[in-house]
Order: sequence, then C-alpha cells, then structure tokens
Amino acid sequence: MSANDPRLAVTTSSVRGVVDMTHGAGGRAMAELIRDIFQRHLANEFLAQGNDAALLGTVCGRLVMATDAHVISPVFFPGGDIGALAIHGTINDVAMMGARPLWLSASFILEEGFPLAELERIVVSMAFAAREAGVPVVAGDTKVVEKGKGDGVFISTTGVGVLADGTDVSGSNARPGDAILVSGTMGDHGVAILSKRVHLDFETEIISDSQPLHDLVEAMLAAIPGIRVLRDPTRGGLSATLNEIAQQSKVGIVIREAAVPVKPEVAAACELLGLDPLNVANEGKLIVICAAQDAETLLTAIRAHPKGQDAAIIGEVVADQHALVRMKTRLGGMRVVDWIAGEQLPRIC
Amino acid sequence: MKYVDEYRDQELAKTIAGAIATEADSEKSYHFMEFCGGHTHAMFRYGVQDLMPQNVHFVHGPGCPVCVLPICRLDDAVELAERHGVILCTYGDMMRVPGTKHRSLMRAKADGADVRMVYSTLDALKIARENPERQVVFFAIGFETTTPPTAVAIKRAEAEGFKNFSVFCNHVLTPAAISHILESPEVRELGIVKIDGFLGPSHVSSVIGSQPFEFFAEEFQKPVVIAGFEPLDVMQSVLMLIRQVNEDRHEVENEYTRVVTEEGNLKAQALVSAVFELRKTFDWRGLGTVPYSALRIRDAYADFDAEKRFELSVKASREVTSCECPSILRGVKKPTDCKLFGTVCTPQNPIGSCMVSSEGACAAYWTYGRFREPKPLEAAK
Repeated sequence: MSANDPRLAVTTSSVRGVVDMTHGAGGRAMAELIRDIFQRHLANEFLAQGNDAALLGTVCGRLVMATDAHVISPVFFPGGDIGALAIHGTINDVAMMGARPLWLSASFILEEGFPLAELERIVVSMAFAAREAGVPVVAGDTKVVEKGKGDGVFISTTGVGVLADGTDVSGSNARPGDAILVSGTMGDHGVAILSKRVHLDFETEIISDSQPLHDLVEAMLAAIPGIRVLRDPTRGGLSATLNEIAQQSKVGIVIREAAVPVKPEVAAACELLGLDPLNVANEGKLIVICAAQDAETLLTAIRAHPKGQDAAIIGEVVADQHALVRMKTRLGGMRVVDWIAGEQLPRIC
Repeated sequence: MKYVDEYRDQELAKTIAGAIATEADSEKSYHFMEFCGGHTHAMFRYGVQDLMPQNVHFVHGPGCPVCVLPICRLDDAVELAERHGVILCTYGDMMRVPGTKHRSLMRAKADGADVRMVYSTLDALKIARENPERQVVFFAIGFETTTPPTAVAIKRAEAEGFKNFSVFCNHVLTPAAISHILESPEVRELGIVKIDGFLGPSHVSSVIGSQPFEFFAEEFQKPVVIAGFEPLDVMQSVLMLIRQVNEDRHEVENEYTRVVTEEGNLKAQALVSAVFELRKTFDWRGLGTVPYSALRIRDAYADFDAEKRFELSVKASREVTSCECPSILRGVKKPTDCKLFGTVCTPQNPIGSCMVSSEGACAAYWTYGRFREPKPLEAAK
C-alpha cells in the first residue's frame, strides 16, 4: 500500500506551502498543523483526550515495547512510503516477540522547507496503515529543524504490545536440529528502494513488501505455540538476521541457497547491480525457527495466510562453537554467509 | 533467472567436477592464477573449490581494480574532495579504502567533503549538469572494462561544452600486469609462485579480445583460458587448462565464446585510443612501478583532466608495513598468511585494499571462506 493508493484518495485539508520554523514554535501555526494534519487524519479516542499523555487503560499480561526511527530516501517509494513504513516497522518489532501490538506513538522531525502537502500524504498513509493493522497512534510530537539540519522528514514510532501466557519467543532460543523458515521472498524492499534512489535510474516493477506481520504471527502461534525464534530481516537482510540469531543462541546455521525464495526480478536486479539478495532489506517478511518436527505444520500454517504464500523451509540450526552461518550453494559447494560490511556496494568490474 | 541459472547448475557442475577429477593427474599438482578478482569472488561465493581435487590450486592475481590502486592516488582523490572542494564522484568500492593515516573517502565525506557514489560515468555527468557552479571530478579506476565508459563521458562532456567536469584517470591495463608478474623474480627465478596457467579475464577480454593473450602463451609458454565469471565457466576453464598442461600445450583458448571474440570490441577500443594514451609508468599497489601499464587523458582532452586542472600535492604512497596486500596481489602470499587478516583487518575495519573490495582476495576469504581455515577439508565431505 502506498501513498498513491486510490484508497487514500481522501479530501486533503487546506494546508498549503512548506514547513517553517513557526510550525515547531508552539504558537498558532503549530496548533493548526496538529489540528489540520495530524489530528484530522490520525483521529482516535486516545488523541481526542487532548492531554499531554494518553490514558490507555488496564492490560492483562506481560507487556513488550519497541521503538524504531525511520529515515528513508526517497520518502515515497514503490509499494509504500515513510509513513506506512514507520507503522509497519514498529508493529513488526513488537510482533517478533510473539506479542499482540496494542498502541503506537509517533514523533516527527521535520526539516524547514518540507512541503506540507507531502507531509499530509505521509500522515494519511500512516493513518491508513494504523487503521488497517488495528493499532492506533495514541500519542505524538512534532519538532522542526532548520533547513539543512534534517532530510525532509524523520519519523520515530514506539509500540506497546501484550504477550500471551506461555509464549516464549527470543533470538536466544534456537537449538541444534531446529528448522528455519522464511515467510516469503527476500530482498523486495531493498531493491524497490534502490531502484528509486537518486542517480540510479534503474527501472523495475519491484515493489516494497512493507506490511504488518502481527496477524501472520498470530496465525503461526495458533498452529505452533512453541515457536522459538521470530525475526524480521530488515536492514542487512537475511544474512545479518541469521548471524544475529546464531550469535545470540550460540549455534551455527546452515541454509540451502536453492531453498531461499527470491523473486526472479529481484534476483535479476541484484545480479546487475552486483548485490546479494541475502543482504538486501525486507519490511514485510519474517524468519521463524521451530523444532524440526513442527516445521511442516508451521509451513502449512504460514502458506495458508495471505502474507505467507511463498514461505519455505530454508535450513537448519546446527551445533557450532564459532556461530557461523553457512550456505550450501546451488552449485553444491559451501560458503559462509556473512554480515555485510557497511553498505552493499555495486561492483565495478 | 534465464541465462544465469544455467551457469550455476548443480548437475552440470558435478559432471565437470567428475571430468576434472578423472583427468587431473594425481602425480602432478596444478597451480592456476585467476587474474581477475571476479573469478576469485565467484569461486568463493559458489564454493567452486569444494568441487576441485586436492592437487588443483588457485593463485589469486592482482585483477581487482580497487586493490591495485596505490595509496598515493587515493590520497590525491581525498585531496581533490577536501582541499579543492570538488564534488568527487566515485564507484562505491573506493569509498572505504583506507588511505594515508586511515583516511578514506567515506571518512572525508563524514567530515564534510562532497563525495558521491555513482553507478556510472553518466551519473557523474548528470551531477555536473545539475551543479554548474561546482567543479565535479569523476574518480576513474578500473581495467579495460571500465575505460570505455570513462571515454564516453569525456567525449560527451566535450560535445556538451562542460566547463565543470573532469576525470581523475587511474585506468590500468591487464596485459602489462600479467607480463610483470610472469617476469617477476618470484615466478621466474625464485620459483616461490608456481603458475602453470592462467584463467584469463572475462569482462576485460570482451573489450580487448583474446588476441592480446597470445603473447603470454608463446613467450612464457603458459596456457591461458579466457573464462566467464559464472561458476560453471570457471570449472570448465580449469578443465581446459588441465588438459593443456597434461598435453604440454600452451595456447590461448576461449571458454567464454558467448561474449569474447578474438579481436574484442573494436568500437570500444577506438574510443579508448581516441581519448587516452599510455603512461610511461604507473605505480601499482603490490606490483610496484610497471612500465606502460596505465592510461592518461590525451592532450586534446586536457580540459577534462583533473590532474591538469587541479594542483595535487601528494607524492609517494605510505603503505602500512605489516599489511601483506602487496604480496597477496603478486600471488606470493595467501590472505591467511597475513598477521593482520581477521585480527585487526576485517571488512568492517579494513587496513588493506584487498579487504575492502568484494573482488579482493582477503575479502573473499573472509566473507565466504572463513570456516575452511581450521579444517580445510570439512566442506568437501
């Protein structure tokens, strides 16, 4: 879902012009900005309280909390925008604990000169994403920085969720023999972004996979309550996330290259740019580790969900004191799957 | 993916591996230098070594454009960005290479220099077009593969009358480097580096053709097989080299016929010779001063030569003495022979250029092959 989605064709407010320092100064301009953009689109009972903090009520169960700062260039990209991403990213962080996300907060840092119409598009998209996910934005804040001290718009979101009794999901729970699954194709988001980056005129039809995963996680936990590890392979892609899990659980991981789902167009784009799809970011996919005997049942449950149709079992956890992630290549050899160093860079030769 | 997966097919790989195992004489050992970092990378990325018999060895060559650039030229680039205040456009791989006192372009950028990563020379031209008030310099590096696009940019800049675009030219030549290695004492007299044949470059050969390699086959009596960058290309080429060695032949054979012809890309060659001429000498990291091994911009295009437009003060390269990049680039040492490998020098904190570029031997060893070190045969099972 992107800001260009026809479902978002709401009547926009009369806000025109660009962000200026008065929008963060606490005066009338700021009040109007909050009223005409944030309150207008994100409206819910919590924001309607109008106080310095939202009163949320009583919750039964263990609470989890996650926070995520979002900076992305370009702010609008195929398949999403910074607003929807800020909602999805934090919901997914909460969901990767096996928790049900309840509330979100959002802070905006706006750079002087940022077009208000674009800000409104972003907020409309956020509101839609929050509503679609059933997780309201209950608190927010806005600050304005001088021109040149920001990059248009930065959004930080924080999420709170509740964990059902008996759920124990953690990156440190993987054990030798466990099965590793992914919920879908790898690398879609990163390639969608790269294709739009300034100075990279690389036209593809690839769209970001940005989506909330809490509903998929709920269906998975219903099928296999004993899920051991859940992670969303965002920055650094599958490689980085598997390495994190291996180190946290002090185990090795072996995956099969041929089993990792990658869309042909993503594979082709990576091939051209000299990138490895395993290192490219995802925003709507998860990695799950469970006991080997539960793997098929879990796979069936993931595939039965609309967000998990391309799910696959990609490898297994092994004992390894070096905590290396290795991959059986398509060719039949073996190699290490490493974290990337710095940014992925295109090849020269 | 069509036209790619075919060259990574496991069944075909098994067939070729079987033929190599059968034909490689167990009484002999075979040492083949892959000149290109692209081959080094492919071997490690796809685990080609796991499919080779024990007596087939690879000697990694200097064909990584980032790795062979001497530190002084990198320092020049940093100076262009910092002291002359230009917009310095560079291919991404150069960003993290540490120069003198660990100063990289990425570090310069963090300190406020305007360094921009581009994917092509035309991106650099676009930046020049959009910033008419700024000087824009393209940091040109690479072998014969990247030279024609630089020539195109210079030609186009001239045609469009650019006043703010120039090229800092560091293009180098493959055949000169191979000659230099074959004539080096390590190969010729001392016998430290044993080379029984070459996997010839693939992309470079698509431009220069297979013909320039005839000289090595004849003069040095070494077989050369021009090999594609896909893993099956590499395996098939190894088989062809083994056959040549077994039959005591030393010819130039072309495995990569789907791209490389004998004469190469004549149009690209004409373009390159119109814009560039040979430098008398050029310093290579690892190889030292190599005669007639690099290109400079012809006087006719002097307006687009950053070395003429800007005064550069840096003179000599100051290498980190414990870094073995120079020996690794000559095939004298393997990355794991270096004391810094995996201790102080990792891709996160590279000391030498071979650890930075994905085509560098150290980066390939570290990224894909670490698990081999304690138990070299583990993966072959």
